[in-house]
Amino acid sequence: MYDTAKTESALEQTETKISARNVQVYYGDTHAIKDVNVEIEDKTVTAFIGPSGCGKSTFLRCLNRMNDTIDICRVTGDILLDGEDIYDPKVDPVQLRAKVGMVFQKPNPFPKSIYDNIAYGPRIHGLARGKAELDEIVEKSLRRGAIWDEVKDRLDAPGTGLSGGQQQRLCIARAIATEPEVLLMDEPCSALDPIATAQVEELIDELRQSYSVVIVTHSMQQAARVSQKTAFFHLGNLVEYGETGQIFTNPEDPRTESYITGRIG
Amino acid sequence: MTDITSASGAPTPKRATELVAASLKRRRRKQARLKWIGLGAIGVAFLMLIILVGSLVSSGWQAFTQTHVTLEVFVDPEEIPLDRLPRGGFDDALGASLGKMLPGVDMSQRKVAKSVEKILSNGAQFKLRDMVVADPKLIGQTITMTVPVSDPFDQLNKNLIDRDTPEQHRRVKDPEIGYFDALKAQGAITKPFNWALFTNADSRFPELAGLKGALAGTFWALLTCFVISFPLGIGAAIYLEEFAPKNKLSDFIEVNINNLAAVPSVVFGLLALAVFIGWFGLPRSAPFVGGLTLALMTMPTIIIATRAALKAVPPSIREAALGLGASKQQVVFQHVLPLAMPGVMTGTIIGLAQALGETAPLLLIGMNAFITSAASSPFDSATALPTQIFIWADSPERGFVSRTSAAILILLGFLVAMNAVAIFLRQKFENKW
Repeated sequence: MYDTAKTESALEQTETKISARNVQVYYGDTHAIKDVNVEIEDKTVTAFIGPSGCGKSTFLRCLNRMNDTIDICRVTGDILLDGEDIYDPKVDPVQLRAKVGMVFQKPNPFPKSIYDNIAYGPRIHGLARGKAELDEIVEKSLRRGAIWDEVKDRLDAPGTGLSGGQQQRLCIARAIATEPEVLLMDEPCSALDPIATAQVEELIDELRQSYSVVIVTHSMQQAARVSQKTAFFHLGNLVEYGETGQIFTNPEDPRTESYITGRIG
Repeated sequence: MTDITSASGAPTPKRATELVAASLKRRRRKQARLKWIGLGAIGVAFLMLIILVGSLVSSGWQAFTQTHVTLEVFVDPEEIPLDRLPRGGFDDALGASLGKMLPGVDMSQRKVAKSVEKILSNGAQFKLRDMVVADPKLIGQTITMTVPVSDPFDQLNKNLIDRDTPEQHRRVKDPEIGYFDALKAQGAITKPFNWALFTNADSRFPELAGLKGALAGTFWALLTCFVISFPLGIGAAIYLEEFAPKNKLSDFIEVNINNLAAVPSVVFGLLALAVFIGWFGLPRSAPFVGGLTLALMTMPTIIIATRAALKAVPPSIREAALGLGASKQQVVFQHVLPLAMPGVMTGTIIGLAQALGETAPLLLIGMNAFITSAASSPFDSATALPTQIFIWADSPERGFVSRTSAAILILLGFLVAMNAVAIFLRQKFENKW
């Protein structure tokens, strides 16, 4: 039913990068995430799947504290990044987000040049000493974002002038320019056509060499294609979490089976 | 339409089609009615505008020219001795030269000489004095100079005084008309562009009165207003929109800022009179105080416009920057504010345009004084454009009627120019993301 050959062969022993314990999220009175426990591994692509409103994006945004910007949002439980609680009062969310990068659903390049889009993160974090080093970071990031060849001659052109797929790869390149350890992707292909989607998926597979990638997706084919681990969310609960091949071929929970066969959603 | 209806097959869809067709007629009628009402409203507004501008232009255009007379003046050492400068009989020297141009007039009669000299503006002798003081070698020479005529003769030349009116109801008497016509027949009377309207400050004599003082006062007041209200307004807006916690207190502040924008301007004038002048002891009539008062009124406009502009920046841009690890302050100042700037500028210019036309608060702080020199600093006494219009509209001399209209036209010109800049900025920077 789903192509899981690639992901199975890629499975290997890795260590835990993010560990969530008893995580609860409330939006005002709404209990959005109910007691989620999950171990996200390093150098692995983890897919969050589930019907709309199941809390997968909410949980993803907990991992770099983007929910802090929402006043009514409250998070309890522990989320450990390399064993350290990211919700500890001593942790600065700014520093955390430099470590845990994020790519959004809709490509959102800054209305600046392609160069400035990539250079923004390194600049504010002071990662480059001098222009030459910054140029190097920009080129490296664009190459890893698989967009260098398309834009190398027009780095001064505005990032907003690129096509949708190029913009999203630019945003991925921008996110990895700050050398994060984890890359969160919130439905990164939902605004893209199939060709651009294929390019981004290929890129995600390459990024797995260096990062822990967590991707929220509505496309089960995509989850099967790019991920090694899959988590299925339903109504705020983490229903099932395991190796992608197993989730898609032999799910344990009847709800998971119903969802992947298209009976609930 | 009916063809399609009759061609359709089954009875139920046919009925529906007919009903739709019938309702379509009604809906089209409603739409047409709305369109005509809208066009009518715009037409009425446009007509009003034409009447307003038309009446201003028809009474104001005459003020953009000024009747002058060109004289051969003999700077008589008897009347103007070198050692008495800057005193001297400059008016007599000018009168004598006029007399020479009117051969049949007996200038030895005091009364006749007086009525001939009435043709010249009171400013003419000062012009001659300034020339002679600047260059005393002119004494003993004959110089050609062009000086304004006094207001009644300016009116006469512009046909604003009807020669058929009975003499006792006219400001210029029959012999005076005779002198003037004689000068005109010699080609000594000209009617050039009235530069004095822009280069002179206020004067009791309409032919000498200009807007330089009012323009300077308005400039200093608006500068003060901008320097104070722009940073304060933007700062308040950024804090309220981006940083303030959403609670009862910030709601209360928001409601009050919106109320502040609706407070009648005369109230701000009274406040300024009590606080800035009465309490802080700032000088009366000063554009600085005027600017402070106008800043109080402009600030709510800027705050509201800035908040709207900040709100209009798409959240995706904030998320992008936050996701890269930018701090809240970096997000606001490096991304949100630059994108909101066109909206902020537009709001500021509209706020300043409002302040430009504001009269009541300036009257209360004394910016309607009679001041004959242009302010060289914001602390000098001055008038402003709207208060100058107020003063001139109140003056009895006929020359001020057209000057009032001309001043209003100039004020409207500034307003149109400022709004045009606001529109230009909005168009140029619109939706760049």
